[in-house]
Amino acid sequence: MDAILLQILNGLDKGSAYALIALGLTLIFGTLGVVNFAHGALFMIGAFCAVTVQRLLNLSFEVVDPDKTDFLGQPLKVKTPYVEAWFGPEMGGAIIDWAVPLAILFAIPIMIGVGYVMERGLIKHFYKRPHADQILVTFGLAIVLQEVVKYFYGANPIQTPAPESLNGIVNLGAVIGMDIVYPVWRVVYFLFSVVIIGGIFSFLQFTTFGMVVRAGMADRETVGLLGINIDRRFTIMFGIAAAVAGLAGVMYTPINSPNYHMGMDFLVLSFVVVVVGGMGSLPGAVLAGFMLGVLESFASMNEIKSIIPGIDQIIIYVVAIIILLTRPRGLMGRKGVMED
Amino acid sequence: MTNTVSRRGVLQRGAIAGAGVALPTIFTASSAAAYTNEPTGGTVTLGFNVPQTGAYADEGADELRAYELAVEHLNGGGDGGMMNTFSSKALQGNGILGKKVNFVTGDTQTKSDAARASAKSMIEKDGAVMITGGSSSGVAIAVQGLCQEAGVIFMAGLTHSNDTTGKDKKANGFRHFFNGYMSAAALAPVLKNLYGTDRTAYHLTADYTWGWTQEESIAAATEAMGWNTVNKVRTPLAATDFSSYIAPVLNSGADVLVLNHYGGNMVNSLTNAVQFGLREKVVNGKNFEIVVPLYSRLMAKGAGENVKGIHGSTNWHWTLQDEGSKAFVKSFGTKYGFPPSQAAHTVYCQTMLYADAAQRAGTFNPCGIAEALEGYEFDGLGNGKTLYRADDHQCFKDVLVVRGKENPTSEFDLLEVVEVTPRAQVEYAPDHPMFAGGQLGSCNSGA
Amino acid sequence: MFGLEKRDTSMLIIVAVLTMFAPFILNPFPAGSALAQFNAGYPDLMQRFVIFGIFAIGFNILFGLTGYLSFGHAAFLGVGSYSAVWMFKLLSMNVIPAIILSVIVAGLFSLLIGFVSLRRSGIYFSILTLAFAQMSFNLAYSVLTPITNGETGLQLTLNDPRVLGVSATADGSIPVTNLFGMEMRSTFELAVGPWAFQFNAGYYLCAVILLLAFYLSIRIFRSPFGMMLRAVKSNQQRMNYTGLNTRPYTLAAFVISGMYAGLAGGLMASMDPLAGAERMQWTASGEVVLMTILGGAGTLIGPVLGAGFIKYFENIFSKINDGVLHSWFSFMPDGLENAMVTLIHPFVGKGWHLTLGILFMLVVIFLPGGLVEGGQRIRKWAKNKRSGGETPTGKTEPAE
Repeated sequence: MDAILLQILNGLDKGSAYALIALGLTLIFGTLGVVNFAHGALFMIGAFCAVTVQRLLNLSFEVVDPDKTDFLGQPLKVKTPYVEAWFGPEMGGAIIDWAVPLAILFAIPIMIGVGYVMERGLIKHFYKRPHADQILVTFGLAIVLQEVVKYFYGANPIQTPAPESLNGIVNLGAVIGMDIVYPVWRVVYFLFSVVIIGGIFSFLQFTTFGMVVRAGMADRETVGLLGINIDRRFTIMFGIAAAVAGLAGVMYTPINSPNYHMGMDFLVLSFVVVVVGGMGSLPGAVLAGFMLGVLESFASMNEIKSIIPGIDQIIIYVVAIIILLTRPRGLMGRKGVMED
Repeated sequence: MTNTVSRRGVLQRGAIAGAGVALPTIFTASSAAAYTNEPTGGTVTLGFNVPQTGAYADEGADELRAYELAVEHLNGGGDGGMMNTFSSKALQGNGILGKKVNFVTGDTQTKSDAARASAKSMIEKDGAVMITGGSSSGVAIAVQGLCQEAGVIFMAGLTHSNDTTGKDKKANGFRHFFNGYMSAAALAPVLKNLYGTDRTAYHLTADYTWGWTQEESIAAATEAMGWNTVNKVRTPLAATDFSSYIAPVLNSGADVLVLNHYGGNMVNSLTNAVQFGLREKVVNGKNFEIVVPLYSRLMAKGAGENVKGIHGSTNWHWTLQDEGSKAFVKSFGTKYGFPPSQAAHTVYCQTMLYADAAQRAGTFNPCGIAEALEGYEFDGLGNGKTLYRADDHQCFKDVLVVRGKENPTSEFDLLEVVEVTPRAQVEYAPDHPMFAGGQLGSCNSGA
Repeated sequence: MFGLEKRDTSMLIIVAVLTMFAPFILNPFPAGSALAQFNAGYPDLMQRFVIFGIFAIGFNILFGLTGYLSFGHAAFLGVGSYSAVWMFKLLSMNVIPAIILSVIVAGLFSLLIGFVSLRRSGIYFSILTLAFAQMSFNLAYSVLTPITNGETGLQLTLNDPRVLGVSATADGSIPVTNLFGMEMRSTFELAVGPWAFQFNAGYYLCAVILLLAFYLSIRIFRSPFGMMLRAVKSNQQRMNYTGLNTRPYTLAAFVISGMYAGLAGGLMASMDPLAGAERMQWTASGEVVLMTILGGAGTLIGPVLGAGFIKYFENIFSKINDGVLHSWFSFMPDGLENAMVTLIHPFVGKGWHLTLGILFMLVVIFLPGGLVEGGQRIRKWAKNKRSGGETPTGKTEPAE
């Protein structure tokens, strides 16, 4: 029982990353009708926002310490971060410790900016082009973005730890009398994604802006005929989708050390999630994200692997095939979207 | 920029030599040469085939640095590095057999197809007489097979699978790096001293050939000293989040977790294991321990704090204090500003060993070189007395057991050497069951 | 000629001339010169050009004609390679049975996958094919290792139980692939002054097969069957309303293009008897999509151009290192030389991905019809210039 609950937690946790990325993808697809292969790269850029903040906070000045030597036997240069020098070692240390949460503040404007530039500078010109062209150009962009990141940060993963106080484990089962220990940061990640997803949905549901966007998603032409500048709103939605992917990336860094190709690793999966959920359906994307996450976790349990060897390698794809064959448009897809 | 000047000189000389040689050979088939890519001008070309894109690009970059350093030393530049401490004094610093060493580079992309394409272009287009490099066993074995067919020598880079010199060994292929069996043989006694004989181990293993051979080796060695293996779980290579594999460890009754992962897999699985509080856990009245049998310092950096106190093995580490290691660290560090990785060390050694063998054999003919390397015993390259065994072309040398350092003094100071396991302890018979099933075959010179 | 229209005949002849004289055309720079780095006329790369050309031609029969975008075609190539290597291991080192088996197995495999996947269209079809291909890759890498040899790739060994032929040659090495005794790797080298042209038996076998494949694809494009497929692309619904079941047509196209992929896989294994699981990964499937779109989807020659373009980058640009750069600019003063090297350094060698990504974007942005459209624009421009008159500038249509 504990083991199953634990795997459900793991699944929800994995699922939150899938859901956040898929949500952004679906937003872009539903509003602009663009298949964005660079969406994984946006996730990766978000993660590297966290790395950058960590590096900036660790910017140091060097003092030569003649008593110690470095590996070549020359006097060691002792580094002290500016932050520690300014705020004192304690306060400064705490600021550095909280680099990842701080990076959220840094990432939101950056990601919205990146999204805005991407949409206005490139994707705008591809609305009328075939989906194949959109895929190719955004794929090219994804390669360029990740190579640029690799040029500056290298190919190896870079550790970006969570704040010390959120680094431990917590016993979630204590309330119900069970022993379910779980890493604190993963709980934070799950709650964070719930907040973001809830935020996006209420934004679309309860604001006038959101209402217009939803109307535009349903019938762009009519909304345009009503004299509403739907393009501008869609551009803003692109920025928001980019920010969601970026924040998912920022918060993901303590779970797995980011590297430059993490976006590509998530890209295929998130497309499967979107399609399983149904193209253009936001609730579908979220539902499919969590569902595939949980199923993936179950499939990696030893008990299941011993029945079907290698099932954890293919579970996502098996589920995708079954769902697409039984439900033609995924879980909650609409008719006529992306079928030609 | 003295480098630039000398390069320019080489180019001019190379062009003149090239033109001179090409003229008389009109309408001859290439098979007239005595062996594949026999160097005829004043230069000899080596092919450095390393991952430059993909997950291992940083390791590839470090290997390339070491190759360039080795070429510089062979051609008489720099401070000579380990050439001065090498027990063989055949190399003069005037290239190999009087020919200046040139090199070409390629990208393996850590894919066997791409690696073979790249190696083939070096052989067919650039006339490389030796191929070296790689940072995964799949690639190494694939390229080794190619070199055997093409008739050039392959000096393996970073490849740790038993198979490279086991069931997939080839007469034209040589490995300086250690292997899964040696890791296990070196680690087992240390683990016994540290954690006792009454332990229950849980293996998480990357689900492909290298992972399997290492899991087999470690499980055999630890079981031999009384440990119990409770479970061996295979994880997909593409996995990034290992939480669903780590979680079952918590209640499995195991008190040791062995992570048979490398590279990005290792960083993530170790990070996840620490996140789940395994290190603070007490099981069966004993502290829970994690073991990472194959360490890479470059990758350990990605796991940061999480490696502290965790044991593993490595082929070489820059803090070693023998003359060879010190000379290598000094000349690498002076040129690039940071200490070399084990990948850099092994490829530097391989280049030196190849050059030395050619020098001693008096030819670039792969068969002559293979003969010079087989059964060759040397010293001064940082691993103590080392033997290139003739039966399987595997180097036998001391193996390092290392531990993640508790208080690193710099960003490079991540590991500390716990024990240098003597060579005798990691040796095995050539027909050991874990290595059986393949044959070297006979050397191919491509003639 | 050959039952083709004049325009198609001339295109076939052009392709024939290009492939037959490739060792000259791809080797324009004398050996030893600074530009020799850009020579592509060595056997392995020429073989790759042609093999991936076949792969892309086949892919284009499905994508270019029916508009169905498969993201799993690499699986068929991989399956073809595995069958060919098994044939070498078990039957004979002759390439003919290996190639035949790889085409058949790939055909059966694509029949199975096509039958299931073609029940959906649009992106749902793409994801279905992607899912099947990723499953094949993941399983081949791990659980199916006894058949595929996993990470290392399926290779020949010294104790293969070869029915026709020997396990090992007299001098103790693995026999090489051949066509009735003609070794695929044998190369004749023609040295003319500083040039060295390489004529490789394997390359010419691939080239002949490419011509056949190209001819077949022209015939398919021009046939009533091809017309039907195009009708599916333009409006499948209307076809269905007229009471016509389109599924058999699309399935036939899917299987044909799967067999092309299998042929390419079989040829790859024949040139170099190794089959690795990475050949089936989604990135490999993505690569053939890129080749086709980059060259010009729906055009006859486009996919071949696209294949050449990508393979050229992968093999030539990745090999340019700083040493090579320094030698190119060695005529400049030191400061300028170093500046040039620093400037170009990020785009070559380990940065070749970056250059490729930028080029993808440029081609897609400025040449919506792919490289073929680029060629047409140049031709039109030249024509305009010659006639000096005004020709009506309509929308450029891909050459079909």
